[in-house]
Amino acid sequence: MRPFLALLRRDLKLAMRDGGALGTAMGFYLLVVAILPLGLGPDLNLLSRIAPGILWVALLLSALLSLPRMFEIDDEDGSLEVLATGDAPLELVAAAKSLAHWLSTAVPLSLMAPFLGLLLNLDLAAYPALLATLIGGTPAISFIGAICAALTLRSRRGGLLISLLVLPFSIPTLIFGVLATTAVQTGTAEFGPPFMLLLAISLVSVVIAPLAVAAALRFQMQ
Amino acid sequence: MQMQLAADELAVTRGERFVFSGLSFAVSEGEALILTGPNGSGKTTLIRVIAGLIRPAAGELRLEAGDAERTIGQHCHYVGHRGAVKSSMTVLENLEFWRSFLAKDSIDRLPGRDGAALDAFGLLELSHIPAGYLSDGQKRRLGLARLLLTRRRVWLLDEPYASLDAASQGILDAVLDRHLRGGGIAVIATHQPIDVSSQRELQLGVGEAEAG
Repeated sequence: MRPFLALLRRDLKLAMRDGGALGTAMGFYLLVVAILPLGLGPDLNLLSRIAPGILWVALLLSALLSLPRMFEIDDEDGSLEVLATGDAPLELVAAAKSLAHWLSTAVPLSLMAPFLGLLLNLDLAAYPALLATLIGGTPAISFIGAICAALTLRSRRGGLLISLLVLPFSIPTLIFGVLATTAVQTGTAEFGPPFMLLLAISLVSVVIAPLAVAAALRFQMQ
Repeated sequence: MQMQLAADELAVTRGERFVFSGLSFAVSEGEALILTGPNGSGKTTLIRVIAGLIRPAAGELRLEAGDAERTIGQHCHYVGHRGAVKSSMTVLENLEFWRSFLAKDSIDRLPGRDGAALDAFGLLELSHIPAGYLSDGQKRRLGLARLLLTRRRVWLLDEPYASLDAASQGILDAVLDRHLRGGGIAVIATHQPIDVSSQRELQLGVGEAEAG
């Protein structure tokens, strides 16, 4: 557990210090949400109806921005090779780095979402549901994203490739996240079932992704 | 029983080409294996094979009298071309991270604080400076300081003398000598003569054979 915590702490520290990545992601999130009403026109009913979807899709795109750097920073300076010779298995390294990405990117973006909801006339009753679905659903994005980041580690234009790989896999998360939030907003459906499915997707990703990431990294270092 | 790192008919391919094949050697504790040979002869590759980063195409590598629960790579300190140094963390933070990451339990940790490792490589006054401000040679020394953080029996050094000044080269020689006297093994790829007590040389040629 000690190497896991050490790596998690280091990655969070690096994310704070090289703050550029999170700043860019948050700025991007704000901008996407802010310009959408300009394009759609001042129809408050329409905006509040599509608000959960917009907030989810925009968050997804913002979270993608920092994925390419996830393993790159350690590959460039040779840290990855030393991490691989540690007593901790590479799977644990992968889990620590994915968790660090979630804590340093997905959680701040999720916390920002309710404020952006104001711009879209999101129903106040839906705020807790929005926050719960984002926090509960984004682990899947970070962990599945880690697989794609590891697979594209040494390829040029890896960033674009990551988006192509991650987005299809995040469709289930997106569907159930929006479904659960809309259910609360309109009061027509139940919040429980889609939210449980959302959590299930996250849990499965958290378990499977480290194995896949470690395999991909071992291959990349050959 | 003596610890021994032995390779038997080791072969590594890169694409269609053998980097080397039929390579056998054995190094016992207290000995340094010096890898020499022209560029592209596979010195770095061999070191990465021992570290467990590259899987050999054929042959076997074993560590006798090692810890059965660990892989060969987990017995090794690997210091490659790049120092595994984070620019935005201070010199001390870099070392503290590697110490807590590499040490499995307190037995692995060597006595003395990180200061001792820094002191050995003359980095003590720089310990609170972000590593990004260090010169190439100082970064190199910081990478080498990792060797002294936790006890690992096998040291894998890839061109450790590159961009080191004469004084630092002397320090590295002394550190290496102490490691070998303490029953350690070292595998060093280098182009220059090394001044340690017990060493044997392995000359790697340029791989010319085509892989079937």
